[in-house]
Amino acid sequence: MPEVKTEEMLLNMGPQHPSTHGVFRVVIRTDGEMVLESESHIGYLHRCFEKVAENNNYLQVVPYTDRMDYLCAMANNLGYAQTVEKLMKLQVPERAEYIRVIVTELNRIASHLMAFGTYGMDLGAMTPFLYAFRDREMLLKIFEKLCGQRLNYSYIRVGGVTFDMTDEILADIERFCEYFEPDILKEYNDLLSYNGIFISRAANVGVLPVDLAISYGVTGPSLRGSGVARDLRKDEPSSIYDRFDFDVMVGSGEMGTVGDCWDRYMVRVREMTESVKIVRQAIRDIPSGPFCDKKAFRGVKPPKGEVYHKIEGARGEVGFYLVSDGTVKPYRVKARGPSFCNISVLDALTSKGDCMVADMVAIIGSLDIVMGEVDR
Amino acid sequence: MSGLLLAQTPPTVGELANQWNTNPHQGGLYLESALYQLVDAMGSSLTLPPWLVVAATLLVVCLLVFGFINVFGLFVVWLERKASAHIQCRYGPMEVGPHGVLQTIADGIKLTSKEDIVPRLADRPLFVLAPIIVFAGVLVRFVPLPFGQELVASDMDLGLFFVAAVGSVEVIGVILAGWSSNNKWSLFATMRTATQMVSYEIPLGLAFVSVIVCAGTFSLQEIIAQQEGWFWNWFILKNPFLLLMAPIYLVASLAECKRAPFDLPEAESELVSGFHTEYSGMRFAIFFLAEYAAMYLVSAIAVVLFFGGWWTGIPLIDGIGMGADASAGAAVTGFVIKAAVMVSKAVFLVFVQIWVRWTLPRVRLDQMMFICWKVLTPIALVCLVGATLWHLASGGGGLFGIPALLGLDG
Repeated sequence: MPEVKTEEMLLNMGPQHPSTHGVFRVVIRTDGEMVLESESHIGYLHRCFEKVAENNNYLQVVPYTDRMDYLCAMANNLGYAQTVEKLMKLQVPERAEYIRVIVTELNRIASHLMAFGTYGMDLGAMTPFLYAFRDREMLLKIFEKLCGQRLNYSYIRVGGVTFDMTDEILADIERFCEYFEPDILKEYNDLLSYNGIFISRAANVGVLPVDLAISYGVTGPSLRGSGVARDLRKDEPSSIYDRFDFDVMVGSGEMGTVGDCWDRYMVRVREMTESVKIVRQAIRDIPSGPFCDKKAFRGVKPPKGEVYHKIEGARGEVGFYLVSDGTVKPYRVKARGPSFCNISVLDALTSKGDCMVADMVAIIGSLDIVMGEVDR
Repeated sequence: MSGLLLAQTPPTVGELANQWNTNPHQGGLYLESALYQLVDAMGSSLTLPPWLVVAATLLVVCLLVFGFINVFGLFVVWLERKASAHIQCRYGPMEVGPHGVLQTIADGIKLTSKEDIVPRLADRPLFVLAPIIVFAGVLVRFVPLPFGQELVASDMDLGLFFVAAVGSVEVIGVILAGWSSNNKWSLFATMRTATQMVSYEIPLGLAFVSVIVCAGTFSLQEIIAQQEGWFWNWFILKNPFLLLMAPIYLVASLAECKRAPFDLPEAESELVSGFHTEYSGMRFAIFFLAEYAAMYLVSAIAVVLFFGGWWTGIPLIDGIGMGADASAGAAVTGFVIKAAVMVSKAVFLVFVQIWVRWTLPRVRLDQMMFICWKVLTPIALVCLVGATLWHLASGGGGLFGIPALLGLDG
């Protein structure tokens, strides 16, 4: 009998694949169901954000930041606006600071809901996705009421926010918090987080050790899943984050190893509770007063200089590096998208030979990337 | 066949039927034998050769079953969409007909009118053949399956054995589909399907065997007949080991149907659409129909094996039209009730499959194999031995045979 030979197969996952969360392509070398090696290819969604920004004035750049991390656009708006304000040494009104915190945290919840839902779908559970969208819809309606947009808000601008937050919207937000926490989160945990099959799929899969995470620049929930309590809202609070009482959620290896997919996933689910906590405190403390610096709204002209500023977005450290030559247009804008660094660790995670094709999907989903931000 | 045709005197239809069918049940309402009776009654006016009559009869029976599968498919696809929608806080189809009942018909028309695409590098003959084999593999399993008392395409002495044996044909079609598509993802799905279906035949077969041991027959009709009376006479309550076996069968049948949480061969988030990724139009519709037909099939067999077949479990209702002196009206009523009970029990189990699918995530390949080989198969083996011993000890009475053991059944 002739010897039966087996071959390794090169498999092209993406750019059109339901579980790559956008136009992301991974070439995987497989031996049966085992992934031997993977190689990521990005750039399918590149839109020259940084070059475009050089040709627009400071205020016109804001809508482009929306389209980077389109699931958490508020955090990008906030990061950019605060960078320009830092360069100008501009102080925004107190009410604007509170509104910014409220909308950013609500947007973080919306983004984590998306991560929760799509992660369930990646692992084959369709229903949590629809549940998450049901609740995300409420948040989007609030944003629509607030600024007329559901996804690309451009709501946080240099000098404040576009529109004032009415009492009606504040009441809506309070109602959402009442509805959402703790009942709905408990429902999510019952349905998905503590489901036996889900745990067996996510626990001990894609373990991201701390040193690897740090050397690749992984930030946000993906880093916290590995047990590092690094949260810019706590560690280097910009604006008024130091006034709120909330906890930083870290992975503890509850269901398997520290830093596995389940930890990363669970950090997001638990962060939603913390965000609700922050929103409740902000609504309680919000002062009255102006919501923007009218002068800055008409146009800004920062002095010559350069600045780097970072905030905690839904996916990690959203940073902007800005060089000003004293004109109305930025000389150079460099954006640091957390998804870009987070996805770079994928090859290291999946090329160890202990990963199956189905785990590939689980790992990509647990890193929670947005391709708009990876490619910019 | 040729031997029959060369016989000196042409056999009558009845004789031919006897050669074809080991157990023709001349007196019953079995679809096949009923048609033979009809033909024999027409007798002399018939000038067609008998073999043609047999062939035509078989075709008619086949079309009846096929018609049932189609109607059931239309219904259950709608049921699945509505059930999943309500599980997910949606409405599901609402536009075509009241509550979207005609949606699947509209979808069917769309699918038939779609362009039939065969990929350029696909292996065309195999690509075309694959859906046919898959569907045939399912359809042929419907032959011994009862839809009601004496309402069966053809009863066989080895009915259950037949179901288990030809069930594996479906796997060949799936492998052909994945292989001939010339798509690496489909190939992945193919290998998964082959592993999955071959593995899960084992616990499924053991479940069959343990019921066969207790019933002493392979015939589905006979197995149901033994569950007459109160519902504790159903096999699931006749024997504690069969009570344990029923969930094993149900889990294994989920895997056999490639349904969630064992939908690895389709796994839309991993393999896009699995082995039928490259199929479109009517060929895709055939795969789809085969999947839903298989769902009904495994559910109906679960009903036959464990849940009392067409018996409601209440002798008062089951007795309608049963005696020799029953009026024709009562006989028809009883017949209809039994058919309705049989089908609705099976549809309920189909609903359970839908329910499970929209609740659970998907298991991984190695976990699926673990569940099959290290959990289900050993337990099923223990159950088989246990069921046999219990049957010997208790004599196969109702309610685990305990009343009989205690001498309470008089």
